[in-house]
Amino acid sequence: MPEILKIHSIRCGYEDSVVVNDFTLNFRETTQNCLLGPSGCGKTTVLRAIAGFEPITSGEIILDGRVISSKDIMIPPEQRGIGMVFQDYALFPHLSVAENVAFGIRKLSKKNQQKVVHEMMELVGLEECVDRYPHELSGGQQQRVAVARALAPEPPLLLMDEPFSNLDNDLRERLALDIREILRQRRTTTLFVTHDQDEAFVIGEHVAVMNEGSIMQWDMPYNLYHEPANRFVADFIGQGRLIDGVLASHESVQTSLGLLAGNRSYEWPPETRVDVLLRPDDVLLDVEEGMSCLITDRHFKGAQIMYTLRTPGGDELLSLVPSHLDINIGQKVKVGVDAEHLIVFRQ
Amino acid sequence: MLAMTVVMPLLVVFSGWMQTENVIWEHLAQTVLSDLLKNTAWLLLGVGIGVTILGVGLAWLTAKCEFPGRRYFDWALMLPLAVPAYVMAFVALGLMDFTGPVQTALRQLLGQNNFWFPEVRSTGGVVTVMTLVLYPYVYMLARSSFITQGNSTVEAARILGLNAWAAFFRISIPTARPAIVAGLSLALMETLADFGTVAIFNYDTFTTAIYKAWFGLFNLQAASQLASFLLILVVIALTAERNLRGKAKYHEATRSSRVHRYQLTGWHRWAAVLTASTILLIAFVVPVIQLGLWAWGVLSEDMDVRYVSMLTNTLMLGGMAAVITVIGAMILAFTRRSHDDLVVRSSVNIATLGYALPGSVLAVGIMLTFASMDNVLLTMARLIGWQSPGQILTGSVFALVIAYVVRFLAVAYGPIDSGLGRIRASIAEAARGLGSSPAATLWRIYLPLLRPGLFTAALLVLVDVMKEMPATMLLRPFGWDTLAVRIYEMTSEGEWERAALPAITLILVGLIPVIVLVRRSSKH
Repeated sequence: MPEILKIHSIRCGYEDSVVVNDFTLNFRETTQNCLLGPSGCGKTTVLRAIAGFEPITSGEIILDGRVISSKDIMIPPEQRGIGMVFQDYALFPHLSVAENVAFGIRKLSKKNQQKVVHEMMELVGLEECVDRYPHELSGGQQQRVAVARALAPEPPLLLMDEPFSNLDNDLRERLALDIREILRQRRTTTLFVTHDQDEAFVIGEHVAVMNEGSIMQWDMPYNLYHEPANRFVADFIGQGRLIDGVLASHESVQTSLGLLAGNRSYEWPPETRVDVLLRPDDVLLDVEEGMSCLITDRHFKGAQIMYTLRTPGGDELLSLVPSHLDINIGQKVKVGVDAEHLIVFRQ
Repeated sequence: MLAMTVVMPLLVVFSGWMQTENVIWEHLAQTVLSDLLKNTAWLLLGVGIGVTILGVGLAWLTAKCEFPGRRYFDWALMLPLAVPAYVMAFVALGLMDFTGPVQTALRQLLGQNNFWFPEVRSTGGVVTVMTLVLYPYVYMLARSSFITQGNSTVEAARILGLNAWAAFFRISIPTARPAIVAGLSLALMETLADFGTVAIFNYDTFTTAIYKAWFGLFNLQAASQLASFLLILVVIALTAERNLRGKAKYHEATRSSRVHRYQLTGWHRWAAVLTASTILLIAFVVPVIQLGLWAWGVLSEDMDVRYVSMLTNTLMLGGMAAVITVIGAMILAFTRRSHDDLVVRSSVNIATLGYALPGSVLAVGIMLTFASMDNVLLTMARLIGWQSPGQILTGSVFALVIAYVVRFLAVAYGPIDSGLGRIRASIAEAARGLGSSPAATLWRIYLPLLRPGLFTAALLVLVDVMKEMPATMLLRPFGWDTLAVRIYEMTSEGEWERAALPAITLILVGLIPVIVLVRRSSKH
């Protein structure tokens, strides 16, 4: 499948504050992609540059083989044919739901417009709301209308800017699943921006983790969690702690929990000082043989309990275990490590 | 009770129809009525179009675009609000008349009569002058609407295929429509009520006709019949405005996000600077400079005891009216808060209707009311054998102050009511719970918390009273001059220079509330 969007080494920002720098990202048609990063990392700026609301000072953005942004070219947003869902939905308050959805397809005949509006409302499950006004809808309904409006012109690319951030938690998850279903069913190429990794993992087949204006890692969610490419991704995605270690060989690390080994080898020579990433699900409690560690905190989550532990060497660990294993703070427990993907960073 | 004070004069105005003096009425109907209606219609149409274009255009420029000096124009464009329309009118005449500096300079440059110059005393002239002083109403309201509506709906429209202009007309304007209509209706009510400007331009409207019927023909009936016509026009405008706003409630559903301004480049930015500064120059800077020059010329003669007494008269009237109005408005606001039922709510609505009443209509109504009350009082006085001077209430300062209170109650009610709305009921309840009596709660809780609102209310009333012309002209006790009256007298004789000193005083005083407004809006 051809690459529909190519972002080549773009740079955005003003004289003294560069928001996005040397940012490169390509993806193919019909894929759902996500930009994930902490607030202020420049992800929204990238999205707005693609939409045509932010100029770029170097590099180029190519949509379907056409340069839409570069240092000298700036195709206005209305000529790009991209769809966008805004963070605050940006529904037109003076137009009814049907008029909102029909806004982008006014070149069609009235009859066809009605057909598309009907189809869209059915798609998002709001057939009964066509004649209402945006202020008469709940937040979740407004969100669906915003998606319907953006999809109605059948854009080659759909941009979504934190579309779920104004909703409460319950609704957010359900809506994210619904929207994913719609996007996959229609095979809509999507670029989705969020700071919430759960949302990113629900919608994104590929996720780019961003920090300080550039991409840290561009990968599938599974790999981001289990094989983070650098310390930032390791820290930002999922939970876990880094503990001190020294390479014993190319395959194993000596730590305060003993000698650890995974399924991979490391390029650095033995005796190199490293940090070892241990996820809460890598750390097992109450094992037959292991280092004795102190429970310093516990957080009951229903089916599971998250324990915080201190090793004899003073490192901190997290461990997520089924909640029938009930240990009190201040007790000691034997700890083992089962890490298939043992991630190590050079200090 | 307060609502009654407003309603009485209105009823009396219409009662003028009961004792029809057919001769005069027929005379009026045949000669002037159609002209009056035609003139008023043209004036409303012209000013309406003018203030909408100027106000909305400038608001969009300062709220949505970035160009050199934008931050200064942002507030400076509100300054013309401080210039009373009649002051602008006589400055325009003084500048543009046949003997004025503009035409004189042109004559010297181009030779005698070698050029065409528009007639200043014309419909176009009145419309231009009124537009220049009234556009800030639309400007202020449209501007804050453009700022709060944020940018995302416009961006959504752009990405759905509209270019920048189409997005402006199809998204920004409809969203700001309630604000624009509100500003427009304020401007049109001022236009209907205006007396000074049309009098100076000899442009006959209902207000000047009422004045002539009163002082020229000494016929209160004719005056009240004319007043009732004007009143009907106001009621129509008011109903239209309320209806439009009622339907447009949904517009407020938009949430605001950060303001994103178009960066104007090339000639666009200089065109923006040129437009904004031209308006500011014509509507504020030039008139103030011209007034300053004139006032400077006559300063030594006019800065005398008379000026001081006019100033004290004006300030005294304004101060009295301000205190009474603020107290009245507070009573209204507190009543509304404690008993929010239909009767109270509609009384409050009626009591605050006074702002829409043209001063001349109000004056006629109050005059008639007081005249009949005088008759009763005089009969009673004679019964108890007391020889009275002939009139008690009519032509007293009291009548004038009542007129001001009725007219400006709404002006004071606004800031007090919104100030009161910000004080949560639980605060007062906490005070009561801590053992403070209702009176002590008022004194120790409400008054200190309301102080900014009370101050703004008093200030607005004071300045409005000082600028008020028609009611003052009609109701003032004989020989009791105020600054506005002085301006009318001098301008009706074409002595622009002698009107300049009181005019510039009024502008300086009028600047105070504008500055308060500007500072408040910059806080948002």
